[in-house]
Amino acid sequence: MPLYRDEAIVLRTQKLGEADRIVTLLSRGRGRIRCVARGVRKTTSRIGARLEPFSHVDVQLYEGKSLDTVSQVEALASYGAVLAGDYRRWTSGTAMLETAERLTPEEREPAVQQYALLVSGLRSLTANEHDGGLILDSYLLRSLAVAGWSPSFDGCARCSAPGPHRAFSVQSGGMVCAACRPPGAGAPAPETVVLLGALLSGDWPVADSSDQRHRREASGLVAAFLQWHLERGLRSLPLVDRTISVDHVWMGA
Amino acid sequence: MYEGVVQDLIDELGRLPGVGPKSAQRIAFYILASDPIDVERLAHALREVKDKVQFCIVCGNVAEEDHCRICRDPKRDLTILCVVEESKDVVAIEKTREFRGRYHVLGGAISPIEGIGPDALRIRELIARLADGAITEVILATDPNLEGEATATYLARLITPLGIAVSRLASGLPVGGDLEYADEVTLGRAFEGRRLV
Repeated sequence: MPLYRDEAIVLRTQKLGEADRIVTLLSRGRGRIRCVARGVRKTTSRIGARLEPFSHVDVQLYEGKSLDTVSQVEALASYGAVLAGDYRRWTSGTAMLETAERLTPEEREPAVQQYALLVSGLRSLTANEHDGGLILDSYLLRSLAVAGWSPSFDGCARCSAPGPHRAFSVQSGGMVCAACRPPGAGAPAPETVVLLGALLSGDWPVADSSDQRHRREASGLVAAFLQWHLERGLRSLPLVDRTISVDHVWMGA
Repeated sequence: MYEGVVQDLIDELGRLPGVGPKSAQRIAFYILASDPIDVERLAHALREVKDKVQFCIVCGNVAEEDHCRICRDPKRDLTILCVVEESKDVVAIEKTREFRGRYHVLGGAISPIEGIGPDALRIRELIARLADGAITEVILATDPNLEGEATATYLARLITPLGIAVSRLASGLPVGGDLEYADEVTLGRAFEGRRLV
């Protein structure tokens, strides 16, 4: 049976039979893979702890008829141990894992950019570099952009007229000019639009200095944009704890 | 495909967790070949478990009355509460004979990816139990996996401000094993939770 080896992030695990698990991985070379890890629910398993969600692993698998089987695992980083100790960041991270799974619909189709984005997002979340909610929203916008649904926060999403514009339309793909504005388009605060642009481009000094009101409004728009493109919402997104983290409250310049 | 009731039985057995089509067929033919008295006893047990078993109104454990055996026992220590995910965890802890307090069964762990948030568990009932001040320590015995750890973190964040001591079951090396075969996560936890001798 052919063996192969890849680096991957564990996205999800599901119980299988008495002591096994089905593990969903996002790998560097082969995209999303579903595989069987045998005996990992037993306390004597040597690889069970390495195949928890958020684990960054070097994994060896052998190909099966329907599902591949894990034969060896080495841990490269275990982000889960840190995240599970901080409920806010853990819920943000879970939404990132679910997004990565949903934006890689085809198994075994390489998704190197999605993989790299997820690794860097989890690394940043674990290092507590920025507010967990901001990291999540930035990840969501960028993963949508990688999937081909990049929102426009500057020029008009329909006619490309240079901005800034006042109206935001999820269906149109971002900010729209007065001429293109469809019925029902929202009018977010200009600071919220600046924040969204900063999250998409990775301008962290601007994002970190935003206030809570604009972060909340931005999160709502990002969630609406994500739901529009995924057709059904993420299960984990409504459960993300967005209470204020004392570490990342902007105290002014 | 078999005909009529045989296929119905195979289909029903196949809906049980961990039972595939082949296993379901094997069990169905075992039942067909069994003594009618044995089959009747099995059917009676299935009916009884659905008719009689309910959940304890205090702790959420399985019970045959309003209160489970443990909540009815006056000899249990009323000051210590052990929080577990499932009723089967109560049985596992009871086997140790180390714990003499009472339990609270959450009914699972927080799992955002499955859409299970804190409101879907018996957390509100837990906080209500802690309100009278009788309980001085809460032991968080959720599973030692990521969802169990995150659930414990969430509960500790709720309970600690109430002035109640919160502890977590230790993680570490299995008894009877060799140190060289332990994985780095478990060994790391064992170092974190080391004790003076």
